[in-house]
Amino acid sequence: MADYKIKVWRQSPLGIGPGGGEGPGGKEGKFETYTINNIDSDLSFLEMLDILNQQLLQENNIPIAFDHDCREGICGACSLVINGVPHGPESSTTTCQLYMRHFEHNSTIIVEPFRAKAFPVIQDLVVDRSAFDRIMQAGGYISVHTGAATDANTVLIAKQSADDAFTAATCIGCGACVAACKNASAMLFVAAKTSQLGLLPQGQPEKTNRTLKMVQQMQLEGFGNCSNHYECEAACPKNIPASYIAQLNKDFLISSFTNKEFECQNDNCYES
Amino acid sequence: MSISLHAKIPDGPLADKWDNQLAHFNLVSPNNKPKYKVIVVGSGLAGASASASLAELGYQVDCFTFHDSPRRAHSVAAQGGINAAKNYRNDGDSIYRLFYDTIKGGDFRSREANVYRLAQISGQIIDHCVAQGIPFARDYAGYLDNRSFGGVQVSRTFYARGQTGQQLLLGAYGALNHQIHQGKVTMHTRTEMLELVVEDDVAKGIIVRNLVTGEISRHSAHAVIIASGGYSNLYYLSTNAQACNVTATYRAYKKGALFANPCFTQIHPTCIPASNENQSKLTLMSESLRNDGRIWVPKKLGDKRSPEAIPDNERDYFLERRYPAFGNLVPRDIASRAVKNICDQGYGVGSTGHGVYLDLADAIQKLGLKTVKERYGNLFEMYQRITDDDPSQTPMKIYPALHYTMGGLWVDYHLMSNIQGLFVLGEANFSDHGANRLGASALMQGLADGYFIAPPSIGHYLATYQPELPDSQSSAFNLALEKVDNRVNKLVNISGQHSADYFHRQLGKIMWENCGMSRNEQQLTSALEQIPQLREQFWQDLKITGSDKMLNAQLEKAGRVADYLEFAEVLCHDALARNESCGAHFREESQSTSGEAKRDDEHYSYTAAWEYKGDDNTPQLHKEMLNHDEVKPSNRSYK
Repeated sequence: MADYKIKVWRQSPLGIGPGGGEGPGGKEGKFETYTINNIDSDLSFLEMLDILNQQLLQENNIPIAFDHDCREGICGACSLVINGVPHGPESSTTTCQLYMRHFEHNSTIIVEPFRAKAFPVIQDLVVDRSAFDRIMQAGGYISVHTGAATDANTVLIAKQSADDAFTAATCIGCGACVAACKNASAMLFVAAKTSQLGLLPQGQPEKTNRTLKMVQQMQLEGFGNCSNHYECEAACPKNIPASYIAQLNKDFLISSFTNKEFECQNDNCYES
Repeated sequence: MSISLHAKIPDGPLADKWDNQLAHFNLVSPNNKPKYKVIVVGSGLAGASASASLAELGYQVDCFTFHDSPRRAHSVAAQGGINAAKNYRNDGDSIYRLFYDTIKGGDFRSREANVYRLAQISGQIIDHCVAQGIPFARDYAGYLDNRSFGGVQVSRTFYARGQTGQQLLLGAYGALNHQIHQGKVTMHTRTEMLELVVEDDVAKGIIVRNLVTGEISRHSAHAVIIASGGYSNLYYLSTNAQACNVTATYRAYKKGALFANPCFTQIHPTCIPASNENQSKLTLMSESLRNDGRIWVPKKLGDKRSPEAIPDNERDYFLERRYPAFGNLVPRDIASRAVKNICDQGYGVGSTGHGVYLDLADAIQKLGLKTVKERYGNLFEMYQRITDDDPSQTPMKIYPALHYTMGGLWVDYHLMSNIQGLFVLGEANFSDHGANRLGASALMQGLADGYFIAPPSIGHYLATYQPELPDSQSSAFNLALEKVDNRVNKLVNISGQHSADYFHRQLGKIMWENCGMSRNEQQLTSALEQIPQLREQFWQDLKITGSDKMLNAQLEKAGRVADYLEFAEVLCHDALARNESCGAHFREESQSTSGEAKRDDEHYSYTAAWEYKGDDNTPQLHKEMLNHDEVKPSNRSYK
């Protein structure tokens, strides 16, 4: 059993609280510190926040908003920066799979949202990550019509290619890579997504268009550029290697030269 | 509304029924399709695949999810794999065998025609998913790999390490994104369906709440699809994600849709045991581990030695002992009950005694740690993260937990409920799994429903329907919207003492103790007394802070718990009325002398479909009698 001080970011950008008044933390946001006692070391970090929220409720305060769902590290919903690190101090872990046994008794734990221009805060620790969806909508798929496919074993794929594509495909779309990057770059996310399809034979026909469209959308959303610090790789709960960014850069360069049809809507499109 | 339980199964021999149906579906011409609008509630495998496929055909689609992105739907968490009758292993698999296994696995409580169609479509799903770029496991020659799963003797499961669900969902999400990009699907995220609108016995639309602003709005369409998943979370602790709920299907039930077989709740044998009362969920360890893992307990009562110190001859490999033909690969219901039995007898391990060992030591010795890790690496990591134990050094401890619900809204062969224009797909319908679902069959069913069954079936329905969009300003819409508004206000203003979680936890306890892995009349009657009391307490003593005009997780939760508090009674009524043991439903009154489940085909060979009769009345039971023309029900033996 351990006690903690939880210093947590509260913000209500919509500016609507009970009775139409100001929400917790106000429009601009600020840190609040709460004390929580008798926490079992086998509880997960989010279960600790559940208990804190019950405590706030009993004290007539408004519980802290945070995104979460599957609580088994796969849905990508949980998104906290804990003591300055996205998903907390343990490597290859989502926040929901982080356990209180890793935090010392009587310590202060600082909890913030994923911060990036392209991830505006909705409330407290909840941010809007729909920019990722829009990048995916721009081209993150193979446009096969339902019913058109041939037998699954028609095209053989070397185990190595399938495994490489799979490693990229393990991305859960949480956005820790963006939160960890000083430029708030989404390069690791986009690289994982383009590489998964680009490394497979099925993904070849649309490859250049896909790469250009997704990169363009990434830039339109306001994500920064990559300056090779690899903080993204360190923060990624699924250990996706930054080498996929090199793959993306290569694919982007080739696509820029070879694709005659793509019309860029962004002035900076070809400068990355 | 008069209730008709006509399943609309097409004529002809079993193997020709789906082809006959396809040949006789009404069609909507391509230039008319864009005039029709379909609402889809849910963006998991069934919802996303249906949205994408309908939009590809040209229909307008509005898809709703309470998540921030469709990619987070709980289908994402499925680990083990997806079945298909491809017979790529040359091990004697066929469409018929997949059909037969599913019928038998479901303990002869599913509709033969539906299950046969599912088996027929299974191969097409794999073809489509591979074309989408889903990185299934492959062998060194570049061909797709397979593994075996519980309840069958062939290897027909396709998999993507331990995250097949995420990969399939990303495929469906990609297809959905393509259509969003084309402007054919309008996606509504962080939006929860709170009411179904029915006018003249026809589904006309839904009422939703924007979870960020609290705004309540109305949406009309020519057809409504509910693909909102299952209700395992009724039991509070389950392997489901925190937000999984019964609200969409239960709201439809209260508007007249029949709820079928609610008591068929699957309890998965291999989950990490609960260790703490503040625990929020139970984590599944994929059934695929049973391929290589051996399940055992110490032979000696009260043996407190560490598992490594117990020699092989002092271990009871009880599944292998009781079921030599299938061993550790018996179906989920059988394995779960065997684990419960052995723990009830006092042989359980771990601090609570609610656990048995799942041991991979033999596999590691035989195959090497590298191969075992390649198969189950992410599960090992997940287990270690949660329990602080390394499964490559010491056996895992596992215990059964609520995992999947076979019950759901009643649908006919076209996946349409008894309300015209209301279609139900995936886990939300009562579907194809009878009284017990076999592993790796949920992904198959969700995608079969969404990609291949719903699109032509919905076209068939729309073809007889006028293309004018139903008026969303009608009195039915006004009434429904007012009802949602009142309910939200009521919840926010109770001003009691306890959170929604508090009531949910108590409800879960009542259900687990009285309507869990085994059930009897006395327990069920007691649950039916306790639930209304708890519900009354909820409506007097709920506490929510903050307003309904902001992101308010407490309010969202309260609405879902309120529905669970009513639905739990329907489930218990169903469990009480079915005085036989079949599949996951084990009635203690109906067992053999050796403690095996005893089915009663003479009295219970039907689908139980429950009709809402008002808040203060017992729901009414309707029966769809099951025909077993192809597979004669037999004693389901895995010995």
